[in-house]
Amino acid sequence: MKAPDRVVAAGADLLAEAVAGQAVEVERVAWRPPMAGTEADLAVVAADPRRHDANRRAVEAMLGVTAHLVDVAPAAEVVGLERGQFLHAGPPITWDRASGPLRGALLGGAVLEGLAEDPDSAMALLERGDGVSLEPCHHRGAVGPMAGVVTPSMWMFVLEDPATGRRTHCTLNEGLGKVLRYGAYGPEVLERLRWMSEVLGPLLQAAVRQTGPVDVTGILTQMLQMGDEAHNRNRAGTLMLLRDLSPAMVTSGFDGADVAEALRFMGGNDHFFLNLAMPACKLALDAGRDVPGSTMVVAMARNGTDFGIQVSGTGDEWFTGPAQLADGLFLGDFGPEDANPDIGDSAITETAGIGGFAMATAPAIVRFVGGSVPDALATTRRMHEITLAENPRWSVPVLDFQGVPTGIDVTRVCRTGILPQINTGMAGKEAGVGQVGAGLVTPPAEIFPQALARLAELARRASA
Amino acid sequence: MTDHVELRPGAYADSVTLLQVSRDVQGTPGVLTAQVAMATPLNLEVLEGLGFDVPEASPNDMVVALRLGEDGDLDQALAAVDRALAPARGPSGAREEQPPRTTAAALAGRPGLALVSVPGPSALVEAMDALDAGCDVMVFSDHVPLEQEVALKRVAAERQLLVMGPDCGTAVVGGVGLGFANTTRPGPVGIVAASGTGCQQLLALLDHAGVGVGSALGVGGRDLSAEVGGLATLEALRRLDADDEVDLIVLVSKPPADEVAARVEEYAAGLATPVEMALLGPGRPDLTAAAERVLARLGSDVPTWPVEGSTREGSGGLVRGLFVGGTLCSEAGLIAGGEGHTFVDFGDDDYTEGRAHPMIDPTLRLEHLRRAAADPETGVLLLDVVLGHGAEPDPAAGLAPVLADLDVPVVVSVVGTGLDPQDRPRQVSALVAAGAEVHLSNASATRRALEIGGGGR
Repeated sequence: MKAPDRVVAAGADLLAEAVAGQAVEVERVAWRPPMAGTEADLAVVAADPRRHDANRRAVEAMLGVTAHLVDVAPAAEVVGLERGQFLHAGPPITWDRASGPLRGALLGGAVLEGLAEDPDSAMALLERGDGVSLEPCHHRGAVGPMAGVVTPSMWMFVLEDPATGRRTHCTLNEGLGKVLRYGAYGPEVLERLRWMSEVLGPLLQAAVRQTGPVDVTGILTQMLQMGDEAHNRNRAGTLMLLRDLSPAMVTSGFDGADVAEALRFMGGNDHFFLNLAMPACKLALDAGRDVPGSTMVVAMARNGTDFGIQVSGTGDEWFTGPAQLADGLFLGDFGPEDANPDIGDSAITETAGIGGFAMATAPAIVRFVGGSVPDALATTRRMHEITLAENPRWSVPVLDFQGVPTGIDVTRVCRTGILPQINTGMAGKEAGVGQVGAGLVTPPAEIFPQALARLAELARRASA
Repeated sequence: MTDHVELRPGAYADSVTLLQVSRDVQGTPGVLTAQVAMATPLNLEVLEGLGFDVPEASPNDMVVALRLGEDGDLDQALAAVDRALAPARGPSGAREEQPPRTTAAALAGRPGLALVSVPGPSALVEAMDALDAGCDVMVFSDHVPLEQEVALKRVAAERQLLVMGPDCGTAVVGGVGLGFANTTRPGPVGIVAASGTGCQQLLALLDHAGVGVGSALGVGGRDLSAEVGGLATLEALRRLDADDEVDLIVLVSKPPADEVAARVEEYAAGLATPVEMALLGPGRPDLTAAAERVLARLGSDVPTWPVEGSTREGSGGLVRGLFVGGTLCSEAGLIAGGEGHTFVDFGDDDYTEGRAHPMIDPTLRLEHLRRAAADPETGVLLLDVVLGHGAEPDPAAGLAPVLADLDVPVVVSVVGTGLDPQDRPRQVSALVAAGAEVHLSNASATRRALEIGGGGR
């Protein structure tokens, strides 16, 4: 038999040394015990005969998706939202457990929809719960940044996978500062939302319908090479979208002043593209859902109170734990005591392998999210430890064009204790305050062993 | 004299590294005793035996237990602990260049043979990474549940991959020794071994007879059980049969389950390469006899197996066998029969939970050795010393001083070759000087011990 060219040694260093002493290349695994109490479940899931192939299929399905922007239309039309129905970010939650920013956004949304005359009566309405209902964006093929509140009159981007016709949706980004998604609901917030529904939405609809589908996945490919990680930095992506849509906006026949205002609004809002990056990621991840035996995470989302994940092999079940406070930088006089725990569906970007997972490609923002350039490189490398694949389409120039780490594997998180790294904004914990900062956050560790236990239970059942 | 005991939750190092750390710290001036270990039940028992008062701890905690003399300085001792632990964390420096944390990550895009020696409950997961990457794996870890072994080997059989182990102590793949493997010259023999030290005994005897071994594939002691069904044995036989350089395959094992034996024998009969069965069991030939049959089939002369030194006169009594090699221990037991002789395998799972194998860490056996020698029923001590890669660098250095103090006769088999890093002749001389009679063959050492003991009472 041929001598091995290379030996990979996990465990006792002495045995690795003994091999290295025979002039064979040895790579040592820095093994550590897995998260407490997970050994037995890990072994069951690793031995699940469906796992290897299921993960391959889930990853291939995810990587096979391209997301095209095909339309812009009101939520009532595209996700069937009716009067009194609210979508929100994260796993399911009720008003009594809702955090300040989510409450603030719901108050604003209720006034926007004319369900209440002012925030005080909106508060009474939501507390009573009469004729109003809350539902996660994720349950309606949508994702929402921060509070993620969607009401029927809000306009949404419609993304489609041309191969399958599947669609996902996201509202239009409102900009920074005092905005509904960060829990602000003052008059200027509502005024802006009305302008978005009356002017911006219809104008974008006309432009998209005239331009034809915009390849969002392709823009993501380019922006990752231009210093955006597509979660906290979307500057290049926003400008590329403008480049694609502005000719049709100008020739749309809309009032010239409105067109100019819309172009100024989009160009002045570096996060405008985030609301396309998010549904593009969801469209890809949804393709990886519901593969029995797959340990791939298909959604990470927070509602400001709970952090939840969904896993391909466990259907629509949410595994939740308390949302954490982000670690980062604060705007103005705000400090850690002002921040609400982590909130938003935007962690869908990390779930798909960008955002915090692609930090290495975005050195321009590392300090804004509380890190250094070496930390950013280390973060992306570390995320490769917990993912199933590299995305060949989305690559990182500074890492020699290595694809971004894609497809979080529940088992690898439990084995290494390495938690997904998420770039995030911070909302004020009081309703009405708005954004107070941005930084880095991780999910609560315990949700991964929870998901693992369920995967193990299903694996045992499948083999019985 | 002061004791210092602290727990370090979340810290981890493998048992071999911690053994080395304990030794390094023990060498610090003013330190009387140093034990740095993971808080497994067995290790806690050892610490209690040493008189340390250890708080409630879980096996995931690291315990640092230090006993200082009058001149001891706790800060210095703890600094020595930290220094000794530091290199175990791997090369430091570039933060972004961290070593891989899983076997999957290490194999991503770059195949290789995986060598897994993590604690048993985590071994399947790492080994499965190798199979998922299309790579063979040796699982050195013990304490792997049987159903997990079956699961691994079924996957491997589907993909024509080889799982050596679990609890596979020894393998030689294309001349590269893995685990506890002796250095032998290349040659026409290929070994499939469901027994680590059985394989090492064959390597040592064949080497002495001038016959080389190209590959020795360990399959783990349970491979030929009814549950596992010889899955790794069949794959190993297939690999060796396909190897042009192998003229004769030897299969070493404890007695297989009947239906598995039939299947393996049928498979072996269909191979182009002849297969010599060396199956240990009551009424069956011992390993030395098997080696002699191999030599005869190859047309090589059978040498006289070396015996060196002579031990004290015996006054009759029972044989106390204290072994590091599991198969050597079973073989001695089979040769001795019943009659009240006792044979203990310190490599057994009961003695290795959270501790290094006795071929690396002699502490437990040395302790028992003193006790057994003091027992008036003991007529003669029978020991094995197993050499090779991975084993203690100088076992005689620890053993000889203890033997020299005894007044019972001692017979030792030193299993190894002149090419082993420990240098067999040097080990033998030290043991002979300490009053032991030293054999190469464990079977002949056992017979000699029985003769000295007078065959029991």
